[in-house]
Amino acid sequence: MGKRGRGWTLGLAGLLSPVTFWLGLFFLVPLLLILAYSFGKSGIYGGITLGFYPGNYLKVFDPLYLEIILRTLVIAVLNTLLCLLIGYPLAYFIAFKGGRHKNTLILLVMIPFWTSLLLRAYAWVVILGGDNGIANRILQFLHLTDHPLTLIFTPQAVIMGMVYSYLPFMILPLYAALEKFDWRLKEAAQDLGATRWHTFWRVTFPLSLPGVIAGSILVFIPSAGEFVIPNLLGGARTVMVGNLIQQQFLQARDWAFGSALAVMLAVLLVGAIMFYVRRVGADKLEEV
Amino acid sequence: MVLQRKISRGDFLRTIGAGAVAGSTLSVLACQPNTSAQSSGGGGGPEEKVLNLYNWSDYVAKSTIPNFQKQTGITVTQDYFSSNEELLAKLQAGGTGYDVIVPSDYMISIMIKSDVLEPLDMSKIPNFKNVGENYKGLPYDPDNQYSVPYQWGTTGILYNKKRLGKLEPSWDPMWDPDSKGMIGMLNDERETPGAALYKLGYSVNATKKEQLDGAEAELKKQKPLLRGYFDSTQNRPAVINGDLLLGHVFSGDAFLAMAQDDDLDYLIPEPAATRWTDNMAIPKGAEHPDNAHKFINYILGAKAGAALSNYTYYNTPNQAALPMIDASLKKLPGYELGPSVFDRLQIIEDVGAATREYSTLFTSVKSS
Repeated sequence: MGKRGRGWTLGLAGLLSPVTFWLGLFFLVPLLLILAYSFGKSGIYGGITLGFYPGNYLKVFDPLYLEIILRTLVIAVLNTLLCLLIGYPLAYFIAFKGGRHKNTLILLVMIPFWTSLLLRAYAWVVILGGDNGIANRILQFLHLTDHPLTLIFTPQAVIMGMVYSYLPFMILPLYAALEKFDWRLKEAAQDLGATRWHTFWRVTFPLSLPGVIAGSILVFIPSAGEFVIPNLLGGARTVMVGNLIQQQFLQARDWAFGSALAVMLAVLLVGAIMFYVRRVGADKLEEV
Repeated sequence: MVLQRKISRGDFLRTIGAGAVAGSTLSVLACQPNTSAQSSGGGGGPEEKVLNLYNWSDYVAKSTIPNFQKQTGITVTQDYFSSNEELLAKLQAGGTGYDVIVPSDYMISIMIKSDVLEPLDMSKIPNFKNVGENYKGLPYDPDNQYSVPYQWGTTGILYNKKRLGKLEPSWDPMWDPDSKGMIGMLNDERETPGAALYKLGYSVNATKKEQLDGAEAELKKQKPLLRGYFDSTQNRPAVINGDLLLGHVFSGDAFLAMAQDDDLDYLIPEPAATRWTDNMAIPKGAEHPDNAHKFINYILGAKAGAALSNYTYYNTPNQAALPMIDASLKKLPGYELGPSVFDRLQIIEDVGAATREYSTLFTSVKSS
């Protein structure tokens, strides 16, 4: 620090103060509040008495709630994998074959972002719903089925809605990672006798890992907290942790338990992501 | 509970609201909207011509507020909440700046116990005389010290009469395997367990363990037959477009659906079903109590009351307004209720600590 002098330190402090203030007020304080609430005691009529009541956390371990948490994690992992499977080829195609249309194609991926998620979810209700709905009419027109199918309000509809909603979060970081890819490495691998599959698996894919990791995290975290799509497209038959938390705050008036669930979810997510980055990421990242 | 009723036409708005609420449970503590800064100058002088109304979305007629402004010169600002619990949380945080709020029945009793309501001055609400005897002195506020009714309705079954034929008033159709996959219940911690309690012949406010266990078993039996658990505003279009044969709905949604499709019908099941009431009240510390009383009195007037119900399709507690209710609305089955139907309706009351029993029960059913 001495080398750079006091002016530099002050300048840095000046530059960082808005973000410190912002994160402190709108991220740290709410987080601490939730933590404090999670040990509090809910009043019968809402509100909360602060204190130390670990009972909220014990309740999380009730089999009823553990099952919901487990189901949530399974759905979130499934969603992440599907997004990766669908998103990777697309990002690959845009980055390597997009040519001068690259920017247009990426723009097309981003356009759905500009509309509210809720409106898009409702659009799916319209598309999938009804015996004479759009999807059923198309399926019958193409003679893929001879009677209307039950498409909406099924677990499959929830997964489909989630993949649809989170796909751009996967594609964009993948594209960013692949776009920087140095073609010469691929040529070198092929010159050295690697098959196309080998080239992809040993050269291209490892180099795109930062994108895979970033995309997976961006998809996994919000999908574990999802509560709108299970209600709108799943008919609330599939309860996720997000629904459970919402319900504690808005229906059961049990803020303490809701906060404990939120804290547990956050801990689980941080744990899962650290595990993931360690296992999938770090060693391969170092190799690169 | 009885979370997201009315809002008949504002499906989008309301759900967006619900989403925003979950995102902003903490901001409840942080934000104190509008007027708390601009005090009316204290000392009993005349109030500034302002009124802050906190209401369910799409719950006033188009003419309601403009006419009030024309008559009184008071400018009304309206904000919206999407659940009674959201409303309660805001009031408990204090300093909301609202002058009139519209909580449902059971929430009135919670608010009275939580000491967040201002007693009403009935001398300023002469139109209270228009309120019918059936809608006065309800259990949540026996002497109408804090609240007067705004609109009321029932919770029943909207169904496809063309496909199912005319049904007897009963809860059994909602448990009928022949309609498997075509039944939608409400995503509501009190109404849906309530339907099971009614079916078993218990009170909707049951707290005995064996009664709640019985309701849970009924609902678990029912779940495989259901398309899902929805808001009333989702069940309505689903019944209209044929996704559902039967939907558990609030009456206003049923009437809106029947007004556009003759094949649909609404039934209020035996042995019992819910009747609910939304009420006007003044929160403690309201800055424009005189204007608030004026507004409440205006709504209880014949013309304003009729305009309200003709728009929302819910029932009016306002006897003076009854003659002005649209004939097309009145002739819908289930809108005008004879005493034999009315007397079997039950009111959802606050059950205190048992609220959480209901919550666990419903979670357990939904994740079964």
